[in-house]
Amino acid sequence: MENQNNNITPVNFINPEEAAIYQALQKDSEIIIEDKLENTMVLNMGPQHPATHGVLRLLLKLDGERVIGCVPELGYLHRGYEKLAENMTYYEYIPHTDRLDYLATMANNVHYVLAVEKLAGIDIPDRAKWIRMIVAELSRIASHLIGIGTMAMDVGALTVLLWSLREREKIQSIFDKVCGARFTTSYTRIGGVASDIDDEGIAMIKKFVDEYPGYQYEIEKLLHTNKIFLDRCEGIGYISKEDAVAIGFTGPNLRGCGVEWDLRVKQPYLFYDKVDFKVPTYSEGDALARYYVRVDETLESCKIIKQCLEKMQPGEVKANLPKEVLPKKEEIYTKMEELIHDFMLVNFGINPPKGNIYAGFENPKGELGFYIVSQGKGYPWRLKIRSPSFNNLQALPKLVKGCLVSDVVAIIGSIDPVMGEADK
Amino acid sequence: MENKITNQAVLDIIKEKFPNAIENFEEFQGDFIIYVKTEFIHNILKFLHYDENLSFEQLTDTTAVDWATRKNRFSMVYQLLSMKNNYRLRVICYVNDDLIHPTVTDIWKGANWQEREVFDMYGIKFEGHPDLRRMYLPEYVEIHPLRKDYPLMGNPGDFKLPPIIED
Repeated sequence: MENQNNNITPVNFINPEEAAIYQALQKDSEIIIEDKLENTMVLNMGPQHPATHGVLRLLLKLDGERVIGCVPELGYLHRGYEKLAENMTYYEYIPHTDRLDYLATMANNVHYVLAVEKLAGIDIPDRAKWIRMIVAELSRIASHLIGIGTMAMDVGALTVLLWSLREREKIQSIFDKVCGARFTTSYTRIGGVASDIDDEGIAMIKKFVDEYPGYQYEIEKLLHTNKIFLDRCEGIGYISKEDAVAIGFTGPNLRGCGVEWDLRVKQPYLFYDKVDFKVPTYSEGDALARYYVRVDETLESCKIIKQCLEKMQPGEVKANLPKEVLPKKEEIYTKMEELIHDFMLVNFGINPPKGNIYAGFENPKGELGFYIVSQGKGYPWRLKIRSPSFNNLQALPKLVKGCLVSDVVAIIGSIDPVMGEADK
Repeated sequence: MENKITNQAVLDIIKEKFPNAIENFEEFQGDFIIYVKTEFIHNILKFLHYDENLSFEQLTDTTAVDWATRKNRFSMVYQLLSMKNNYRLRVICYVNDDLIHPTVTDIWKGANWQEREVFDMYGIKFEGHPDLRRMYLPEYVEIHPLRKDYPLMGNPGDFKLPPIIED
């Protein structure tokens, strides 16, 4: 019993060279821990990670499997949209708003033109307002469906994503019918919308909002009694009411913390004060509460769309303001005045008065705001986008502190960021 | 929902506390804007946040504007929101020529990233900011793209490959 600790000493080797090699190998495989309790490591998560919803990069400091620190890195999708805005007319910027929050393109279009209309002081016809509300709410449903689906996928329930994508596909078809594009819609114009919704489009919307609560119930059946899903999401990513407000939470994330704050109700725009809907609010402040808010909001959006369809009357969809609003195509080809106005608007743009405005609206992800400084020219002197995802993501280091690595993906899913908007 | 507080009331409260601070005020398309002197900006914002009647809980947005040809080239813009009164206020002040501005991260935690973005885009340094790094662009570039003297298409060579780190 000479080798009690299983360490074969070099004496056992006859060849001294072999012994030297073995000694070197043994030295290589030794693990030296200077401080036995010092075992933190830094894990790089993203930017190419499927659960970070785009190109978000997180640097996580781990103690075992527990997160003790987190540093988000943004900018992998920075395209300089604020710089671009300073070099083009207000009309030309509408297609760029599609690329901000690319899951809710219609809502971005609507809210951007509302901000420009506030600056220029333009009032639009009633039918255009109802149409804008319908498309914005449809796009809210589409955005929340992706939010719900990807969050469920991140915690292991893949079916929900497939089913919610199937529902979203119907909304994309409606957009295709309404404006001719499924994804990059660019539907709104300053002073109205590009085209009226015909009867076929309205029938499609009606069919969708009638059928949607049934599909929503199917999704709820998969998740709301699913013990794995509930256990994974309950109690993680907690943030208190005061912290949420101070850090800049808006939208469904804020309403998941027990603050009943919805700009559609508090500072109504379009005809949101003429429709009746609830503001779903949960007081838990965890990932599950934020998920429930999104689920409830889709049903409320359906209610809003139904009321809009009832109250909508036939009429014009563009304001009659030749100096600000692009004329119709058929008029450009047949009338002299319209041709001149079209030429002036396309080349020099609308010239809103000197001044600066801020307009904030309730986008699916939170408060989307535009701060526009006008010098009386056709292009903005400065256009700042206050993007909800950017401000919501700021809370991430606080939310993930003390969680497990596997909870981090669920928390990101519950914040529901879109990096196109956060990085601008 | 109606505002519980009027523009004039807000102005009176601030004027009472800081008699010399307000340079100008303006109402434009329903927005209320006050222009204040730079040396008072931190105290005013702190007062607006902690005052019980006003209580601006949220800093919606922070940004800067480059005026290019004016004497004080940059101005800082703060969008404040009071959820209690359902009221928005915009506070604007100039940035001193040395481009050092007091931070408001000690008042609103949410100002952290917003000020980092301003630093990235305009090069305005915030005194007392806990983590003043670039928000979007890589650390090694030396440009501030939203300044008016920076061309839209960029200058050739601004974005070099990242420096190679030797082991």
